[in-house]
Amino acid sequence: MDIVVCIKRVPATDTAIKIAADGKSIETNGVSFEMNAYDEFALEQALLIKEQLGEGTVTAITIGPKESQKEMRDALARGADKAVLLTTDQWAYDGAATAQALAAWLSANPCQLVLCGKQAVDSDNNQLPGNLAARLGFACVTEVTKLELADGTFTAERDIEGAREVVTCKTPAVISCNKGLNEPRYANLKGIMKAKKKPLEESAADLPAAAMEIVSIELPPARAEGRIVGEGADAVPALIEALRNEAKAI
Amino acid sequence: MSNIIVIAEVRGGSLKRPSLEAITAGQQLASANGGQVIAIACGNGLDAAAAELGAANKVVAIDGAGFAEYSGDAWAKAIAEQVKANDGAAVLMAHTAMGKDLLPRVSGLLETGIITDVVGVSCEGGSFGAKKPVFGGKATMTVKATKSPFCATIRPNNFDAASGSGGEVAKVDAPSGDMLSVVKEIIAAGGDKTPLAEAKVVVAGGRGLKDADSFKIIEELAAAFGPGVAAVGASRAVVDAGWRPHSEQVGQTGKVVGPPLYFAIGISGAIQHLAGMRTARTIVAINKDADAPIFKVADYGIVGDAFEIVPALTKAIAEVVANR
Repeated sequence: MDIVVCIKRVPATDTAIKIAADGKSIETNGVSFEMNAYDEFALEQALLIKEQLGEGTVTAITIGPKESQKEMRDALARGADKAVLLTTDQWAYDGAATAQALAAWLSANPCQLVLCGKQAVDSDNNQLPGNLAARLGFACVTEVTKLELADGTFTAERDIEGAREVVTCKTPAVISCNKGLNEPRYANLKGIMKAKKKPLEESAADLPAAAMEIVSIELPPARAEGRIVGEGADAVPALIEALRNEAKAI
Repeated sequence: MSNIIVIAEVRGGSLKRPSLEAITAGQQLASANGGQVIAIACGNGLDAAAAELGAANKVVAIDGAGFAEYSGDAWAKAIAEQVKANDGAAVLMAHTAMGKDLLPRVSGLLETGIITDVVGVSCEGGSFGAKKPVFGGKATMTVKATKSPFCATIRPNNFDAASGSGGEVAKVDAPSGDMLSVVKEIIAAGGDKTPLAEAKVVVAGGRGLKDADSFKIIEELAAAFGPGVAAVGASRAVVDAGWRPHSEQVGQTGKVVGPPLYFAIGISGAIQHLAGMRTARTIVAINKDADAPIFKVADYGIVGDAFEIVPALTKAIAEVVANR
């Protein structure tokens, strides 16, 4: 099975976000970037499926700045066979435009399975998997926490409100991966050495116009200063009093 | 004239409350653009749910045995056809597991984009806009749609639920046939757990609780609020340690929540966690470290041992609830 894994370079989750002077983007100076956390589960799942089947290829693809070479090398070092970097200077926040560009690439480079993270932790937009699947005419299951493949059909589990849903899904498919699906492997020295010889294809992304235009990005208003109502269990009545009469929360 | 479409979520014949909140968002847009609010529901046996959607001007019920189980691709196709047939300028749905799965696909079929987890919507001069948290809640992004229709999923607990009756109901036969993916089974999580994102109160625990068994005191505090009110949350550290399932994780790689009341117990307050709960209306922190960052965002704090404080708090809350 030929598998394509969509990966995005995003600010590390411990980044304190600062807004850039244009008011529409974030300050990237001094920010460290990493592979989107959910994409690690997607990559791991692709490698597990390839190991299970004993055949096929795993291609990592990203749309992002030239610096995304780092995340692509990381994917190769973890075990992907090939990496594709479609370069752009814009922040790829608009999943519709990204889906369109990926759909075009996938039409020219067919595969049976596209794996992605459930969302990128920068724009948090959960859009790409469904939008891409619709454009390709592929089946789609999102936010999976368990995935099994038998006779060319996937059985996936996903968390829904207060329950788990078991979904069967034909191939070709786009499947988005949630935390809990697997334990991602990290690159070892052997993998890093091997990755240097693996192909990393780079070309300019052909990104269509975004479906959503950013008007502004703002930091949330600072919360009003709170107070310590006391110490230990003796403070419980004071807390109840405050929640009841001040905050009117209970 | 162009209309505001709200896709309603019906599970097991009953309408999910966040759908009524999405209708309220739809009404705001409709009053700005002069259109009608049209609800679309999919399922098998939708009469009761359609009656509950009376706040919409019209309900399109795509009803029949073919839609007994959820299929993202089959439902999206039928919905996209109805959006076109009903002159939809905007399509809204609640930001739930189904909304996140279904509306992106609908938007792809309509060759447009989507903005998800929206906390505010606008329509000025026929141009739709929305506001949503980004970077796990560390910032808020405002966008303007440049393609039509405008699609958005609405965060639960952010709009009041719409009520009303008397809307016209139009029935459409659910198609049956090839489904690329379909739900085979729904496994209840056990008990009547309140979904984290929809809970009025979230009681979250962290590493300060020392081990998985000690989460019992967190569960007991949540239970003290009565059935269907409070949900248990967890910090990333305790999820990574395997004490709690990922479905309970609050923060940047978990859920971003904004309940009316949030308890952070034994949680120091890493930046990723603070981002995920800072929009809660009232935040209470209980931590033995008076310098913990969680106290910077908390409205009320108690410094001390959670094992001593939480049981006393549980008792006090139970009394308040009993005397209501």
